Amino acid sequence: MTSISDPQQGSFRLSMLLNDTRYRSLTFQAIALFLLIVAFAYLGNNLVSNLRAAGLNISFDFLWSPAGYDINQRLIEYDSQSTNARAALVGILNTLLVAFLACVTATVFGVIAGVLRLSNNWLVRKLMSFYVEIFRNIPVLIWIIIIFTIMTAVLPAPSAFRGENPSSSMFLDSVAFTNRGIYVPAPVWGPGSGIVAVTFLASIVGIFAYRRYATKLLYDTGKLLPVLWPSLALLFVPTLVVFFALGQPIGLDIPELKGFNFSGGIKVGGPLIALWFALAIYTGAFIAENVRAGILSVSKGQTEAASALGLRPRRVMNLVVLPQALRVIIPPLISHYLNITKNSSLAIAVGYADVTATLGGITLNQTGRAIECVLLLMLFYLAISLSISAVMNVYNNATKLKER
Amino acid sequence: MSDTHAESVAFVRTEPVPSAPPPFQATGPVKWIRENLFANVPNTILTLVALYAIYVVLSAILPWIVNGIWNTDSLAECREILQGATGACFSVLTERWHQLLFGFTYPSELYWRPTLAFVLLFFAAAPVLFFDLPRKLLIFTALYPFIAYYLIWGGTIWVPIFALLGFAGGYLTYARFVTQSFAKGFFGGIAAAFLIWTLAGYITPLLAAENPAMAAVPSRDMGGFMLNMMLGVICVSLSLPIGIALALGRQSSMPLIKLVCVVFIEFVRGVPLITLLFVASVVLAYFFPPEASIDLILRVIIMITMFSSAYIAEVIRGGLAALPKGQYEAADSLGLDYPQAMRLIILPQALKISIPGIVNVAVGLFKDTTLVSVISMFDLVGMIRGPILASTEWNGVYWELFMFAALLFFVVCYGISQYSQWLERRLATDHR
Repeated sequence: MTSISDPQQGSFRLSMLLNDTRYRSLTFQAIALFLLIVAFAYLGNNLVSNLRAAGLNISFDFLWSPAGYDINQRLIEYDSQSTNARAALVGILNTLLVAFLACVTATVFGVIAGVLRLSNNWLVRKLMSFYVEIFRNIPVLIWIIIIFTIMTAVLPAPSAFRGENPSSSMFLDSVAFTNRGIYVPAPVWGPGSGIVAVTFLASIVGIFAYRRYATKLLYDTGKLLPVLWPSLALLFVPTLVVFFALGQPIGLDIPELKGFNFSGGIKVGGPLIALWFALAIYTGAFIAENVRAGILSVSKGQTEAASALGLRPRRVMNLVVLPQALRVIIPPLISHYLNITKNSSLAIAVGYADVTATLGGITLNQTGRAIECVLLLMLFYLAISLSISAVMNVYNNATKLKER
Repeated sequence: MSDTHAESVAFVRTEPVPSAPPPFQATGPVKWIRENLFANVPNTILTLVALYAIYVVLSAILPWIVNGIWNTDSLAECREILQGATGACFSVLTERWHQLLFGFTYPSELYWRPTLAFVLLFFAAAPVLFFDLPRKLLIFTALYPFIAYYLIWGGTIWVPIFALLGFAGGYLTYARFVTQSFAKGFFGGIAAAFLIWTLAGYITPLLAAENPAMAAVPSRDMGGFMLNMMLGVICVSLSLPIGIALALGRQSSMPLIKLVCVVFIEFVRGVPLITLLFVASVVLAYFFPPEASIDLILRVIIMITMFSSAYIAEVIRGGLAALPKGQYEAADSLGLDYPQAMRLIILPQALKISIPGIVNVAVGLFKDTTLVSVISMFDLVGMIRGPILASTEWNGVYWELFMFAALLFFVVCYGISQYSQWLERRLATDHR
């Protein structure tokens, strides 16, 4: 409240510091600053004396010494002789990997469940609200542990795939679900595979060009071109033609049982799957509610007006309802992505080597550099969340209702 | 019609024909099923898929639950009784019931104390949650924290009594001086409370008996679901006033106060709770003098309270921003000063708007209390993953235990969210 009282005539008196609104806020801020400095000085003093008593100092040299531990799940080269900084980098990449996978999957789950909650079908509607309530009201940590337990305790050991009459068999002869992880075929890039990849990218560009052309034609002449089937054809036909013309340069490395374990293919570890799916279904339940609220927020009059203009139901959805619903859906969606990234720190509960488990777990315990490790960890998450909120602000400004 | 005409016609109906019943397919359950389950082909396919999914899940779970065994001493005995048939081994719940609820070190002869505190919690929370109850019950709510502390931690009774006296003295001072000026009352109240507590710090050791009536239980003995409840209730109730203060600070016109609040809120919201718990377990001790041995539970409570107060502050800021500017201007034009305007005009309305958001934060926080198991505290999840699954008798009983934990959390969280929806309908005073 900055109401201006009658200006006091005469000289400055000490009581005016408290009673005069012109000076009072300065007084309060001075007191707050003083208290803040005292508090920080007290804490800092304690820190320094405690560190001295324990014979420690604050130093980040440990980052460049060998880490001395191994990490199973890694995206870049790493061995136990690499530095702690590289271990942290492996962890950061793992965090980003699981966050990305979980964000994509959660969006898919959330959109499907959110749309189905508005279905005409009573049974499906009830099933979906059951899904949403169950997953929203049980801690994500419990879901992570439950899925991890399924991965480790329920799936068969690789030895079950061996012998004349194996008790388990590979799904489609190419994917093996074992308690050590899921083995999926890996692509083998032969000579000429570059051309196939370039063709694929070029056809994606082609699809966009075609759609722009179709829109332009529609606006200029009113002629409506089919979009869906040509797009699908553009996506698949050129790539497949090139693929077979070059003699199938991209092969598959199918995992095979060798000795006690599978070899070949890509191994997706149990912890990664547990974290990925638990975060996806948990956050998916929240996203479903957002999607539902977003679709419901578009008033019925909009749909009716669009129908009255003669638009078909699909075009009503694409041109009228979705653009307005997305304005409501996207901001909470982005903050859910942020939540996924932060919740991925629960990886430490199932032994997935994300940044919390490497930098804040093993490195911290081995070097004893608690303050430095936790500080770096917080800075990493802070950087991510600040950049995501920056993106969100840009989006909000771009889609803000332009009034007057 | 004239009388003559009436006689010229052979037959005239004087009452309408009763309407024929609608066709069988257009009424009652048949119509409902046709419209809601089998309206068209895609709808029918969806129904069939859903029915199949329900069948698959139920056929797996139902026999497992129905065949469940409740009274054995180990998993091996369960397996012996079941003879390979599907069936749950719920005896782990009955046998380890107390461990799941109270942790494994809380003295077993004292279980009645946290139980009583838990039951009393309902009486204390009732007048806050339901406005129709007599307002006098709020006295018990005010006393509850001290009773609960005494029941759960035990020890000398003088600690809660002096804590209560401090609050009472502070309140009396506030009531005495607030008529002159809010600042005088506020700071006078705080000073009086601290004066009483400082004095009590010297007196309590003298008064404390050798063997208190209620045996003291150290914090490290707390565990199980009790720990989750304690952390949830304590942290939410502590973070409400702090959150309000932070939200007001963020709206303040004083740049320094605003800066401090913004930095605090954005920092806490930007990092995961786990890193804050790491701070509690390994870093926080460095910031206190070595002789002040603050136990882990207290450090965790400090960090979780910080965490949730930042989130609650954001919710309340939303409520403050949603109020029309006219309300602020009306308060100003009435000549109310800042504390009066906030207490009488702004906060009652802003808090009402923010109730659903606050409840959401509270539910989220209660779920997040399971994270303390990561820093090796034995809450419900920690108990299950630690002592129970590691024991020789129950090694391998995953589903029963995790389902039990999930069920407990579901009941509490679903209950709270239903309450919040009821409250929202109840408080909706706007026109529609």
